[in-house]
Amino acid sequence: MKMRIQRTRLVAIAALLTVVVMAGVGCKKKIVDPFPASGAVAGWEKGDKTQTFDAANLYEYIDGGAEQYISAGGVGVATSDYKFQGNLEATVDVYTMKTADGAKTIFEADPATSDSKSVQLGDAARLYGQSVVFRKGSTLVRITAYEAAPGESDALLALAHGVEGKL
Amino acid sequence: MQNRREFVKEMVAGAAVLGAGTNFAWGQGKAAEKSKVVIVRDAKLRTPGPAPDEKRVAALLDHAMQTYFNAQNPVQPWKQIVRPGQVVSLKLNSMGGRAISPSVALVAAICERLQQAGIKAGDIIVWDRGSRELESAGFKLSNAPGAVRFIGSDTAGYEDASVSYGSVTTRLAKILTQSDVLINMPVLKSHNIVGVTMAMKNMYGVINNPNTMHGSGCNPYIADLNMIPQIRRKVRFVVGDLKTAVYEGGPGYRPEYAWNENALMVGEDRVAIDTISAQIVERKRAEKGLQTLEQKGTPLTYIATAADAQHKLGTNDPARIALIEQRIA
Repeated sequence: MKMRIQRTRLVAIAALLTVVVMAGVGCKKKIVDPFPASGAVAGWEKGDKTQTFDAANLYEYIDGGAEQYISAGGVGVATSDYKFQGNLEATVDVYTMKTADGAKTIFEADPATSDSKSVQLGDAARLYGQSVVFRKGSTLVRITAYEAAPGESDALLALAHGVEGKL
Repeated sequence: MQNRREFVKEMVAGAAVLGAGTNFAWGQGKAAEKSKVVIVRDAKLRTPGPAPDEKRVAALLDHAMQTYFNAQNPVQPWKQIVRPGQVVSLKLNSMGGRAISPSVALVAAICERLQQAGIKAGDIIVWDRGSRELESAGFKLSNAPGAVRFIGSDTAGYEDASVSYGSVTTRLAKILTQSDVLINMPVLKSHNIVGVTMAMKNMYGVINNPNTMHGSGCNPYIADLNMIPQIRRKVRFVVGDLKTAVYEGGPGYRPEYAWNENALMVGEDRVAIDTISAQIVERKRAEKGLQTLEQKGTPLTYIATAADAQHKLGTNDPARIALIEQRIA
């Protein structure tokens, strides 16, 4: 069982590296870890697991949602959970697309809501009550909180800036 | 329960709803009857925290089931769905994490009622396609003998032999094939390919290759999949958790497009359940000023296919659906 878990972890790490290297396609290739470490953004702790899915198994993560990303040139996603001040849970999804246009296509597919607003982050960003979405080059980042909490938007935006700074 | 004030709204005048405990194989002798769908709402379902109020969830379940089966006590409905000695599995839709999955409290309440109806704890399996998804929805994985099991198909595996119907060739999850009865526990979400996902689409989680069945709005894949005998026959009842629902951007959890419906939807006609579910999402989309699902390019054709003469999985005709909506104050 332990060996199986270790093998799974190795595969996951290898896949993550593949995804982030692919993020550099079209410019210089570099290995990027897009996830801020615990404490790097005030109040935010990173979960232990980072999971990755490529185009072939993206459906395991977002079955039924994968096609939208793949048709826009999705290469894969890396995802990790975070906690803010020990209780507010959020997930950071970093989607790597083949091109910046692909990231733009996904970003613009979501209609604005009455409580959403554009914010200065990456190439374009939208902040909602419980989530923030932004794109930067060929990367699209979606940060989702799982419950409403006071001051949540500010905390999510701070984490988003932390991710953006690592891209 | 005794102090509840109830407001009953019969949506279909003169509806002759399905009788309790009748034949569950819709389409075999039921075509002339109306399909009953019960929705019960409780505005106080939520607590300040992320989980709903356990007692109110249990009360909501009992209310919905007793209404559906016209039962005098909360165990009686379950005795009409299961028999002692059977293996009963609860197929969740936990893909969206704990914010948009059947709640732990609801699953616990059903497991309790099943045991009171004579099912051994060790014969109850709570499952979904992936262990990771179950965990993310707040369930602790467990395969201990004698206790309710919580496992994913990625652990339990799939049958080696393929089964086919129409456009679908697939391998079934062993948990499904080893179950006598399956309780379908979906959640209500918009879906970028099919329009709305609820009961029938949740069966994509009982097979090994759902990724191959998303073309053409999943049509006729969803209907064909539900025709596979092990699925058609074993899915005896649907308990949909509508505490939260998503009207746009699904099937993942999208809090910006989610709302609190604070409800349960129960019934045995999977097509009627999906038809009513689509109406709920369409109403919310209209309220938010969004296009209809058809205008968006996701016209819910799979529901019509499931109701057609070839499939007869249920009815999508509103005139043949007896919708009973109640509210717990």
